[in-house]
Amino acid sequence: MQTADIGRDEIVIEPGRTEKNYWADLWRYRELFLILAWRDIAVRYKQTIIGVAWAILRPFLTMVVFTAIFGRIAGLPTDGGAPYPLMVFAAMLPWSLFSTALGDASNSLIGNERLISKVYFPRLIIPIATVITAFVDFLISFVILLALMFFYRFPPGLNILLLPAFILQALLASLGPGLWITALNVKYRDFRYVIPFVVQFGLYVSPVGFSSAVIPGDWRLLYSLNPLVGVIDGFRWCILGAGSPLYWPGFVLSVAVVAFFLWLGVSRFRKMENTFADLI
Amino acid sequence: MGDVVIRAENLGKKYMIGHEAENGRYVALRDVLTHNARSIWHKTRDLLQRRPITPGANLEEVWALRDVNFEIRRGEVVGIIGRNGAGKSTLLKILSRITEPTEGRARIRGRVASLLEVGTGFHPELTGRENIFLNGAILGMRKVEISKKFDEIVAFAEVETFLDVPVKRFSSGMYMRLAFAVAAYLEPEILLVDEVLAVGDASFQKKCLGKMDRVARQEGRTVFFVSHNMAAVSSLCSKAIALQHGLVVFPLGDTTSAVQQYLSAAVDVAKTNLALRKDRYGEGKITIIDFGLYDRQGCRQDFVVSGQDVEFRLYYRCREKHRAQNIVAAISIHSLTSGFVTMLTNHAASEPFPSLGPEGFISCRVPRLPLGPGEYTVNVAIHQTDVQQDWVGEAATISVQEGDFFGTGRLPPAERRGIFLDQIWSTGSDRLVVDQREP
Repeated sequence: MQTADIGRDEIVIEPGRTEKNYWADLWRYRELFLILAWRDIAVRYKQTIIGVAWAILRPFLTMVVFTAIFGRIAGLPTDGGAPYPLMVFAAMLPWSLFSTALGDASNSLIGNERLISKVYFPRLIIPIATVITAFVDFLISFVILLALMFFYRFPPGLNILLLPAFILQALLASLGPGLWITALNVKYRDFRYVIPFVVQFGLYVSPVGFSSAVIPGDWRLLYSLNPLVGVIDGFRWCILGAGSPLYWPGFVLSVAVVAFFLWLGVSRFRKMENTFADLI
Repeated sequence: MGDVVIRAENLGKKYMIGHEAENGRYVALRDVLTHNARSIWHKTRDLLQRRPITPGANLEEVWALRDVNFEIRRGEVVGIIGRNGAGKSTLLKILSRITEPTEGRARIRGRVASLLEVGTGFHPELTGRENIFLNGAILGMRKVEISKKFDEIVAFAEVETFLDVPVKRFSSGMYMRLAFAVAAYLEPEILLVDEVLAVGDASFQKKCLGKMDRVARQEGRTVFFVSHNMAAVSSLCSKAIALQHGLVVFPLGDTTSAVQQYLSAAVDVAKTNLALRKDRYGEGKITIIDFGLYDRQGCRQDFVVSGQDVEFRLYYRCREKHRAQNIVAAISIHSLTSGFVTMLTNHAASEPFPSLGPEGFISCRVPRLPLGPGEYTVNVAIHQTDVQQDWVGEAATISVQEGDFFGTGRLPPAERRGIFLDQIWSTGSDRLVVDQREP
């Protein structure tokens, strides 16, 4: 007598066994992605006064500060004819997405310690849910970008339709290292101190406050090893149009780096997953 | 009965426990530095050799579970009993796929839901309503399913008026009820439950047991139930397994026999010579070396009788041959069937002993022992100036025989003994007057 639910084979629990059912399990628990993301967002603004307005204020103020520092004071040149704040903001969007997603994903397993030691579900859901949360923040900032473009009367070209591809690239760029680091973090807690430092460093190394056009030609390919270079250039190309041309070789390298880290992250995570409950 | 839904084959789980080095007296900075340097070197070496980093220099291998075998069929309600540390929770964790076995294999057929803790995933900032959806999703329910059962869950938990209040404002009772309510409406084929019924007040426990009973009997699900509560296990489970120190001491079989096995095992530990027991806690300046029962004449007894004038003696020895100062002793008495009974301590009933010799005994006399007939174990402890010197769990057993406590030649029915209290019964002829005031 088999009901439809036990149509699949029995589950075997054994040391060192990689779950054949893992990906099927991920699909079965798909609602958990959104529920955990919703939980993090809902909790963030409880008992605050201005609540959701913080989600808008933070990126807005960062943009203002950046424009003041890099644009006016440092006097870095801008791409094409685009106004400087727009150029900065177009890069800040993917940068914030990346750094928030990476930072939150890296700490996600430790932060959900109780869940991991008391309930079963595919652990991959936890870091991915944090990336979804970062994506929601991104959407809010994107609305500000549109407002900014309206303010500067700078209409987007057709390139903007390709933006989702670059958004995906930014998400995957953060997911790869995020998965790896969060898995390592469970075992060796040092890594939680590594991430803020890397993010800080990355902010100045990535073309956020400046355009990657200022990098001398010979170095440009090497520079593109930083996966964010491709992402940010892509964002600028979509939003600002032809004035900010895409350096294609660099972009392809960027995609390759993102894919590599994603593969690395997922495989390392899966390998360590069985020991999380014991180490956390 | 049905096909096998859970099969365990030689399951075993090993943990590596690291012991921090004894807090030695590091007088010199040099000692502190060399200790830290050595510890970093060990950790780096472990890192390079891909071993897990454990704190402390001393590693100990602990087998939480070993050679566990059983087969459970569909629809059976199986209890797992054993003392703390027997490996029950570890077994559940392995079957729930939360942790991996070190050896052996388990095969499971059917949708599993585990209840290892009530309120898993509850977030204090979210409201009751939000937490129902959160917790339900974490336990594996679909949103659609939760919405359908929402009203029943709220009714079971009795929290209708608090649905939109953040859970951090709930009383602990409401919290437990809500947490259990969500879990109670899971509908898995196999349910693994870990002592969640131990928390909460009596009415809550009764409600939970009732629900579990319905789940098992009427809905025909397979239930794997870990508990200390022998009464609950006996009433719910048709079969039981007893674990001790990670090993199966009573393989899957009749519950009554399993419970008896468990109880007699508890008695066996208590028979070990107290002075030789290693599993003790405390600073160690004073050690309890023996516990004995003595009658009014000071003669040692093997057993006592209800209502008897009894003396409990704790023989002790001080490590450094100093005098013992400011001594508080405690003896807690536990019934094998119903748990904690009472604690005898001079901290409450008398005064700390200001000064005692380096060796001797501490005596506690109970003029009319009110314990009902049965087997009891005792935990013993000695404190010096509020610092625990020695504590031994299940240090000894007290065997209480039937005695004429009330002097009437009669006792309450056999299953209703517990503790005997002095009681004075009388009657009166006044009629009951009910208060008719306006509300």
